[in-house]
Amino acid sequence: MSARDIVLRVEHLTMRFGGLVAVEDLSFAAARGEITALIGPNGAGKTTVFNCITSFYKPSEGRIALLHGDGSMWRELDVLTESGTRRRQRHDAVLYLLERMPEYLVAQQARVARTFQNIRLFPGMTVLENLLVAQHNVLMLASGFTLFGVLGLPSYRAAERAAIEKARLWLDRIGLTERADSPAGDLPYGAQRRLEVARAMCTDPVLLCLDEPAAGLNPRESAELNELLLAIRAEFGIAILLIEHDMSVVMKISDHIVVLDYGVKIADGTPQQVRDDPGVIAAYLGVEGEEVARVEAEVGL
Amino acid sequence: MSRVDVVQALRDAGWTALLAFGLFLPLIGFKAVQNMDRQLVLDTRFGLLAAFVAIIAGGRLAYSLMIAPLLARAALRPPRPPSPLRTAVARWFTPFGIGFVIAYPAIVLAITGTGGAVKWVDNFGIQILIYVMLGWGLNIVVGLAGLLDLGYAAFYAVGAYSYALIAKNFGLGFWELLPLAGMLAALWGIMLGFPVLRLRGDYLAIVTLAFGEIIRLVLINWVHVTNGYAGISAIPRPTFFGIPFTAGDNGFAAVFGLESTPMYRTLFLYYVILALALLTAFVTQRLRRLPVGRAWEALREDEIACRSLGINTTNTKLTAFAMGAMFAGFAGSFFAARQGFISPESFTFLESATIVAIVVLGGMGSMLGVAIAAIVMIGGTEIMRELDFLKQIFGETFDPTQYRMLIFGFFMVLIMVWRPRGLIVTRQPSVFLKERKPVPASLVKEGRG
Repeated sequence: MSARDIVLRVEHLTMRFGGLVAVEDLSFAAARGEITALIGPNGAGKTTVFNCITSFYKPSEGRIALLHGDGSMWRELDVLTESGTRRRQRHDAVLYLLERMPEYLVAQQARVARTFQNIRLFPGMTVLENLLVAQHNVLMLASGFTLFGVLGLPSYRAAERAAIEKARLWLDRIGLTERADSPAGDLPYGAQRRLEVARAMCTDPVLLCLDEPAAGLNPRESAELNELLLAIRAEFGIAILLIEHDMSVVMKISDHIVVLDYGVKIADGTPQQVRDDPGVIAAYLGVEGEEVARVEAEVGL
Repeated sequence: MSRVDVVQALRDAGWTALLAFGLFLPLIGFKAVQNMDRQLVLDTRFGLLAAFVAIIAGGRLAYSLMIAPLLARAALRPPRPPSPLRTAVARWFTPFGIGFVIAYPAIVLAITGTGGAVKWVDNFGIQILIYVMLGWGLNIVVGLAGLLDLGYAAFYAVGAYSYALIAKNFGLGFWELLPLAGMLAALWGIMLGFPVLRLRGDYLAIVTLAFGEIIRLVLINWVHVTNGYAGISAIPRPTFFGIPFTAGDNGFAAVFGLESTPMYRTLFLYYVILALALLTAFVTQRLRRLPVGRAWEALREDEIACRSLGINTTNTKLTAFAMGAMFAGFAGSFFAARQGFISPESFTFLESATIVAIVVLGGMGSMLGVAIAAIVMIGGTEIMRELDFLKQIFGETFDPTQYRMLIFGFFMVLIMVWRPRGLIVTRQPSVFLKERKPVPASLVKEGRG
């Protein structure tokens, strides 16, 4: 990954819950046009990292910076950190410190979108409504913070039509156009997963964080999801951060893998590098490094 | 299909009888009466007790043997597509309903004449419409945003006292004060909203309940402003754009050359509250299709997902509180203008509970359901004052008004069994691509604050 394309930098991130250190001194970066996978055994702290990036948790230590625009702006990161503010703007770029922002501003201004491990759709609202709620801030502005909308001005109606059109494009892409007027809670599980990704994309993110998008999918649905993510990467060129247990997904689509074990980064590199890393194999088999060869022989690897 | 299990039903009825016996033994079985020497003695009414227990056990037996199998069979039957009649009723109910409420005073006048009409338009029409409006206002907070507010009568009180105090002390008229009262109530809505933002579910309900009580206690104890328990009387009545509804030379009847009767004021008030209620409905329907309305419903469905999509949940909750409170403020100032007298007694917890009951009974979020529930609840309690015909059945000593609340409670229990999620249980989507398909209640969340 070239330094100019980096969108997200996580530096020395530590998250403690009382005496428990969930994430310890974690540093990594994610670049635009790349899929970065965050993997590790259960309880390694992956979701905690997501919650820190999206500001649902305030990190105990470290900084999380996000860039819109030109990569040369990264030089001003220390200036921003010293200044005590949450963002620094230049004519061609904006730099954000995510840990200083409330979670809704991380989504609204820094444009980080996320999905959840246990799907969080709005089950009682239709598929189309789910995608319109995602465009809340654009529509809110168009409705003059409700005032123009209540009066029924045409400018708002035009904005709403545009929003519906955008939702329709995403529905076509995830193959749910026929179910647009059905409640989201009625969809099959795989479709709910795809809808959650589409809903996150409707916020026009620069960074898309997906928390186990393939969990519970059958192989066919899992392959469809791979295609969707690759299409998003190709077409929108955004950075995608992915937590995943399904190695068939991870190895096939990620450009870059970060491995966590007990909150500590144990590997960081391309899929091939990570696959061959003895430390990673040891962590996944749950044994010490020196015993790997013996255990591998036992299980027939 | 499973056979009806008679032994199980009998055992069930036996337990019910035992429960009823335990419950009614102290309530009905014993009665304290004064004897000739003015001493309390214990009288027993075991015959009546036996009758009650027998009725309840018999009813339970009949339910398990006859009604429960029917219900089970109905549940097994595949859902039928709605009949054309039902679709037509659903389609035309709202326009017909609005037409009916507009024509209602004329219909009443035609049936009862001027003498009886005041009662039917005032006690029924205006009274019900006030509660329809309050129900629709609270529906925004409870039904759409999913925030349980048990202190809604506080905003109603703010509206009423704002109108009464400003009209009496500064001489402003009804039409200037109506928006002002709404704004003041909305301000109080925001003031309540701020401290309770972090609270959810039951805790939110408790704090809103306390807020309602605080407002009422302030009204009682701040005597030199609110006149305490005695309340405020001689509140200026609304005028017909400057023309008062009085019998004098410049009164409404004289100016328009009409026969002088108190009917005109009642009619005017009826149409004012009707217009206010329709305004509430119109604004709420508009808001539901706007981002703010969708954000309210999304908040009810999943607050964390809302935040992950960049929705400022603080502002969203506050707007819900403010909008709900504003409509209560309108209704409150209308109430003060209509009564001409207000006191803290009108804004007790029972009032808040009634409005919450209307919203829950109507089916949370459904405008039509709330309107029907208000008619059933308020109209129902009013109509039970008119049940003199029951004297013919139960004898001259039977006073139906004494059984008003008992009958009312009985119907509430029936509705709870029959429709646990309220009268109208489907949610209408705010937008659609091809066709508007109602969302079944099982998928719609009730909100946890």
